[in-house]
Amino acid sequence: MGKALVIGAGPAGLAAAYRAAQSGLTVTVVDDNPAAGGQIWRGELAKPASREAQAWFEKIRSVDIAFINGARVFQQPRTGTLLAETSEGVIELNYDSLVLATGARERFLPFPGWTLPNVMGAGGLQALVKTGLPIEGKRVVVAGSGPLLLAVAAYLRGRGAEVLLIAEQASQLQLAKFGLGLVGKMSQAFSLKRQLRGVEYLSRCWVIAAHGAGKLESVTLVRGGRRWQVSCDYLACGFHLVPNVELAELLSCVVENGGVKVDQFQQTSVANVYGAGEVTGIGGLDLSLVEGEIAGLAAAGKHDDARGLFPVREQQRKFAKLLNNTFTLRDELRQLPAPETIVCRCEDVTFERLREHHSWRAAKLQTRCGMGPCQGRVCGGAVEFLFGWRAESVRPPVLPVRVESLISSAE
Amino acid sequence: MPESVTVAVNGVSVTMPAGSMVSAAILKAGVTTFRRSMSGEPRGPLCGMGICFECRVTIDGEEHSRSCQTVCKDGMDVRTDG
Repeated sequence: MGKALVIGAGPAGLAAAYRAAQSGLTVTVVDDNPAAGGQIWRGELAKPASREAQAWFEKIRSVDIAFINGARVFQQPRTGTLLAETSEGVIELNYDSLVLATGARERFLPFPGWTLPNVMGAGGLQALVKTGLPIEGKRVVVAGSGPLLLAVAAYLRGRGAEVLLIAEQASQLQLAKFGLGLVGKMSQAFSLKRQLRGVEYLSRCWVIAAHGAGKLESVTLVRGGRRWQVSCDYLACGFHLVPNVELAELLSCVVENGGVKVDQFQQTSVANVYGAGEVTGIGGLDLSLVEGEIAGLAAAGKHDDARGLFPVREQQRKFAKLLNNTFTLRDELRQLPAPETIVCRCEDVTFERLREHHSWRAAKLQTRCGMGPCQGRVCGGAVEFLFGWRAESVRPPVLPVRVESLISSAE
Repeated sequence: MPESVTVAVNGVSVTMPAGSMVSAAILKAGVTTFRRSMSGEPRGPLCGMGICFECRVTIDGEEHSRSCQTVCKDGMDVRTDG
């Protein structure tokens, strides 16, 4: 069990790598982004924004871990070997144990105008600002669902954006229950509240249309019986998160309720392949960290040490359950797309063309929905919610790669 | 490492903090249409993390490069398909 390979350099991947390296394994971490940190700690390697991030980066530096950034894993030619595409060509990655910490992406729901430039994910706009987009003085509407909306709004405001309002589709009652469950995370909640003083946080509210000629100019919101239009420069809109399970599916790991199924030691249905963090189901930063630690320890055979972390994980899982119940999407959101609204952005497939079908497979064959470059990563979360369709199979390559990469992988 | 880098977006120079992504440089240059969709709609970045492929542009001659996953380098030539 000498070589551990970790896919994903977000909190779960870093925690797994740290524990595995500390336990004597030779550890490599691979990530498709240019730097470690994942989405939540994006760009914080050089300048950590939170004490927690700083503490973890220090831990990582205290052990010997090889990092390969800008590498996209796309295929497993045989058990124990993965192929990744980099700017310098294809690299082969060998492992005795593998930790999948591939994180999550935002769920996007289609509504009229959502394909206009400057309509982005909530995390999407934050990522752009973190990587150099000036946002000072820009008017931003933050909308969708989930705690990410608050974090994004606070971040954007801190960078000088004029956050006009936050539209959360969940009801006040749901949010109140969640608030009660925040005990233990109160310091985070209070600090967000302070940063967002004066910004309207509207429950039971969502965007029904985005308008503009060539790019976003305004949005129409609905709340109860009231509809109104707001002029803005950006709409940051995401409906909570969905796990990135494509690589796990490629490796034949069982996926249950949208997340990779794991045992008590975070091992997937495939021997020596572990899952940690959001890929096993959405649960937030603290759950990701403890799952990563357990996976790293288990990969190194330190099961007793891993067991010691079970109570922490149990507590975080309770929070995760509450989180996901709170931000369950309301039925009305299924009425968002108009017949002509594009659902699959890669292939420009409209809602009316999709609703004639009874499964994603049929829709794919007839309309090419989900067959473009993103391979259903964007529309998949939408059609799952709109029609109840789940992706049936993942085939290599799991991401579009250059022809040269496929040729070299066949050699 | 220098503190800033300058790239050309459709021939117009844009100076960015070192470490910035090409996607941010394009928007800073005032360009919002990164590509045209199958039916000709203007499109720009959505996910910001390399998943949606809406931010793809031509970078130093390489077509379909994801601008949100590419770090700006001095002298880079970026072309959008708007």
